[in-house]
Amino acid sequence: MAGVVVLGASLGGLRAADALARSGYSGGITLVGDEPHQPYNRPPLSKEALVEAQDFDAIRLRSSAKPGTVSLVTGVRATSVDLGRGLLFLSDGRELAFEGLVAATGLRPRALGIPKPSAGVVMLRTYEDLVRLRSELAMVQDVAIIGAGFIGCELAASLTRLGYRVSVIAPEDVPMLRPLGEELGAALMRHHLRAGVTFGLERLPVAIEGSERPERVVCNDGSSFEAQLVIEAVGSATNTEWLDGNGLDLSDGILCDEKLSFGGDGRFLAVGDVARFPNLAFDAVPRRVEHWGMAVDTGRYAGKALGHLLSQGEASPAFTPMPAFWSDQFELRIQSFGMPGLVTDASEIRVLEGDLDGEVVVGYHRNGTLVGVVLVGFVQSHLKYRAAVAESLEAAAGASS
Amino acid sequence: MKVIVDLNKCNDHGQCVYSAPEVFSLNGRGELSFRDEAKEIYVSDQLDESLRDALEEAADICPMQAIEIEG
Ligand SMILES: Cc1cc2nc3c(=O)[nH]c(=O)nc-3n(C[C@H](O)[C@H](O)[C@H](O)COP(=O)(O)OP(=O)(O)OC[C@H]3O[C@@H](n4cnc5c(N)ncnc54)[C@H](O)[C@@H]3O)c2cc1C
Ligand code: SF4
Repeated sequence: MAGVVVLGASLGGLRAADALARSGYSGGITLVGDEPHQPYNRPPLSKEALVEAQDFDAIRLRSSAKPGTVSLVTGVRATSVDLGRGLLFLSDGRELAFEGLVAATGLRPRALGIPKPSAGVVMLRTYEDLVRLRSELAMVQDVAIIGAGFIGCELAASLTRLGYRVSVIAPEDVPMLRPLGEELGAALMRHHLRAGVTFGLERLPVAIEGSERPERVVCNDGSSFEAQLVIEAVGSATNTEWLDGNGLDLSDGILCDEKLSFGGDGRFLAVGDVARFPNLAFDAVPRRVEHWGMAVDTGRYAGKALGHLLSQGEASPAFTPMPAFWSDQFELRIQSFGMPGLVTDASEIRVLEGDLDGEVVVGYHRNGTLVGVVLVGFVQSHLKYRAAVAESLEAAAGASS
Repeated sequence: MKVIVDLNKCNDHGQCVYSAPEVFSLNGRGELSFRDEAKEIYVSDQLDESLRDALEEAADICPMQAIEIEG
């Protein structure tokens, strides 16, 4: 019998399979993933699991499906799919027939195409990556991190805490520029600087020099940074190759409609980091959202929607979630609600409470609407500011309809 | 049905408060309010079955996976 296959056994896939099982769907649910593990949680990889040397058990994801309702297949990759015939082809030679499909294949980190030694250059996305990073760390003192996004900055904070000398190298002029904007990025950078992190910004690495292991990272402005270990945190590519040949738009993840559906009639949905969909609470532009909370929300929505459709033949309303993100760097908790990254005009980014060199709440406005907030600290206030974004978006939607 | 929170794992993200405000709240210091009642593991009283969906959502959305539902 053709049941539902959920491909990608990480956060988004697990939440989709759980929600589908809880909906009472009885056609059989198979969760397939290529990692050798049970589903686990990635955010700790750059934070608690690294600093506190946690083992795999500490980062396992819990499942809320009744035992026996979801069959988990690990260590197996999907090589291709025929959506028309409802067949998924696996690396172990098996074919899985399905009446519904959830695509939850996420991202993989990109490596820089610059000369580098064969050892001592790593990336961080999986538990295996963390194990490798740990064993490399045992041999070094100076670490260079290429990339000043959230993961790069979290790693800088965690490794500084562990006593390493850390340099962060990136083309932007402040870290976390795109999601946070110039002023808040600069404020957080001052925090990192006070804690001892070195920044090499507004430059591009052109080579990682060293015979067997790295010795230094050389940049296009002639500067160089001593490092026996280099971590590349420069962005990612979407895992969609398995969907090739089905006539889909895979130019940046899987293009979906406002119900996360792709390729036709609502039986194929994408969730998590790989899904590009319009969130009509903001506008009609499809975007990918690389937030932990979004993988949960899309997964829960997709599982439930698919259950309704396949069991009762009912369609679901559009998916209009409130994006939420957090990051921990040193003793700072950074939280974001809404889509601050939509706002690039500096005059639309204003401090709402506190001040930039301490705890602060920053508001991001578009045409007078508060579309995002970022809190550094102020942990007791996040309910209030999240509600403020939601109200502002609702008021704007009301005014335009 | 009871809810169990591992306060060693919990990192006071407060995401649970959006999902199940009937059960979870933050105290004045921005911590999960169960910290005022328990040290390591918080175990609730028996909760009404009508809260199950909200509690499942809270358990799903907890970034530290600190929430378990028993029964
Ligand atoms: C180090 C790190 C720190 C992070 N910190 C934060 C944070 O603090 N806050 C936050 O909001 N977000 C954070 N994130 C982002 C968050 O972890 C992601 O948004 C989340 O993991 C997305 O889940 P997903 O299920 O969509 O994709 P993924 O977790 O990428 O899972 C996709 C799965 O599919 C598998 N797969 C891919 N292709 C195939 C195939 N063909 N066949 C079978 N299986 C396949 C992959 O191996 C993987 O297991 C962090 C991410 C990383 C890496
Ligand atoms: S969501 Fe989890 S980590 Fe956050 S306060 Fe609730 S139990 Fe603690």
